[in-house]
Amino acid sequence: MQNTSPVLEFKSSTFFAPILIIFTNDTNAIAHALNEKIKLAPDFFRDSPLIVDFKEINKSNQAVDFMQLIQLLRESGFFPVGIRGGNESQNIQARALFIPIDTVRELGHSIAIGEPPKQESAQPVAAQPEAAPVKETTHSAAIPPVPAATTLISHPIRSGQRIYASGDLIILSQVSAGAEIMAEGNIHVYNTLRGRALAGVHGNTAARIFCFDMQAELISIAGDYKTSEDLGKQNYNGPVQIYLQDHALIIKEIA
Amino acid sequence: MARIIVVTSGKGGVGKTTTSAAIAMGLAKKGHKTAVIDFDVGLRNLDLILGCERRVVYDFINVINGEAGLNQALIRDKNCNMLYILPASQTRDKDALTQEGVGRVLDELSKDFEYIVCDSPAGIEKGANLALYYADDAFVVTNPEISSVRDSDRMLGILSSKSRRAERNEEPIKEYLLLTRYDADRVRLGEMLSLEDVQEILSLELLGIIPESKSVLSASNAGIPVILDEKSEAGRAYADVVARYLGEKVPHRFIESKPGFLRRLFGGRK
Ligand SMILES: Nc1ncnc2c1ncn2[C@@H]1O[C@H](COP(=O)(O)OP(=O)(O)OP(=O)(O)O)[C@@H](O)[C@H]1O
Ligand SMILES: [Mg+2]
Repeated sequence: MQNTSPVLEFKSSTFFAPILIIFTNDTNAIAHALNEKIKLAPDFFRDSPLIVDFKEINKSNQAVDFMQLIQLLRESGFFPVGIRGGNESQNIQARALFIPIDTVRELGHSIAIGEPPKQESAQPVAAQPEAAPVKETTHSAAIPPVPAATTLISHPIRSGQRIYASGDLIILSQVSAGAEIMAEGNIHVYNTLRGRALAGVHGNTAARIFCFDMQAELISIAGDYKTSEDLGKQNYNGPVQIYLQDHALIIKEIA
Repeated sequence: MARIIVVTSGKGGVGKTTTSAAIAMGLAKKGHKTAVIDFDVGLRNLDLILGCERRVVYDFINVINGEAGLNQALIRDKNCNMLYILPASQTRDKDALTQEGVGRVLDELSKDFEYIVCDSPAGIEKGANLALYYADDAFVVTNPEISSVRDSDRMLGILSSKSRRAERNEEPIKEYLLLTRYDADRVRLGEMLSLEDVQEILSLELLGIIPESKSVLSASNAGIPVILDEKSEAGRAYADVVARYLGEKVPHRFIESKPGFLRRLFGGRK
């Protein structure tokens, strides 16, 4: 658990994230179709990570309002954690929202999407979630062979566990009180952050922490930190980002 | 091959031994040949709850040390001939349990039992780690209060990193929540955490809620697992737990709860 003696260890496993294939640029129609799907299995979709596939819609050259679509998905309880098949403008917008882009070339070993989606269940209007295996690094210190790849973890980080990533760290599940996550790069937690999160641990002052529900015991960027006592009982109504400005940690809701 | 279940919690006194006795009996009563092992060396409680303390000749450590065979040490339950108990030693010291020795005993038991229930000692030390090391499934016994929930969370971290399955990078131990000593009135008054509060931190598949019930103490005084007391709420709750574990669809009786099943299947951890 504590990453003492063996210095490093590789573990890989597979986790499933639904892929949402978009067939129309009509966000109202997408909202409607999503709603129908969610009604069928609310627990399945709640807080589900999601990869959005733009290949089909881009074939037909329809312009999609990217921001509005992501907003809609988040409001519907999904966590978009990746896009694929995006065009240049979609990729730029995805990056602006810190959503990884699935092109093996761009992300090196970090997030490699396996099988292409099966199209037989494709529906004319929208939204057919499917599962695709995503390469994932599980607990233990994961130090990739290529420069600073992204570490992606989908299981909860429990009290007493420590995670160290030499690049960026993306966590899809909760981080419990008493757990510690550290990254030389940015930290993204697409869930509740209750433990300690330390970004830019080698001194990268530009590193940031992003999380969906900020209840951390301690946050630190490049050694500047705040404890939950400093943070007080502040309630954030949604995702926040934390960055460093003149050696002061700024916590801002992501509008 | 037997399925190995560890009943664990981190915190002491939350109901692990009560649960181990109940579910082992429940599985046996459903016709599955089941062994229940007391890992709490030095304390020996399980045999009292199962009412076989006066029939103990050899124990788990005798078997590990080769001083007795499994057949000599296993005690057949007086109420159900599909249930066998492997008691802990009261006299030995905890270091007598070794990972290799435990593995050997579990391997041998696996040959003719369907389920092996391991009653873990409290804490996160060696005894608890050995009890979970070989497990396939974990019943995480939690009381609706914050220190118990925290300790369960800690135990879940150990389950996912220190088990044989984790070391071999196999499919992780399947983790289930058992919320015990649940007092709906005190939850309503805000004196105890609700199921939702607990799940916000643990988010596990709920196997059952065992209400706080006087029948638990009277059953253990009588040396009869509470699951055999069909009139008691706790007994019926444990029967539901066993049914759910075996794949039957049984609605939760003591509180409304959402089926986390689909989400776990895809969205969360598997
Ligand atoms: N549902 C319940 N209602 C009332 N009392 C209970 C219930 N479950 C357990 N108890 C009581 O709580 C006490 C502790 O139970 P038990 O011995 O099963 O816990 P344990 O977790 O095995 O403890 P230890 O950590 O010491 O091994 C016992 O006195 C038992 O009778
Ligand atoms: Mg006990």
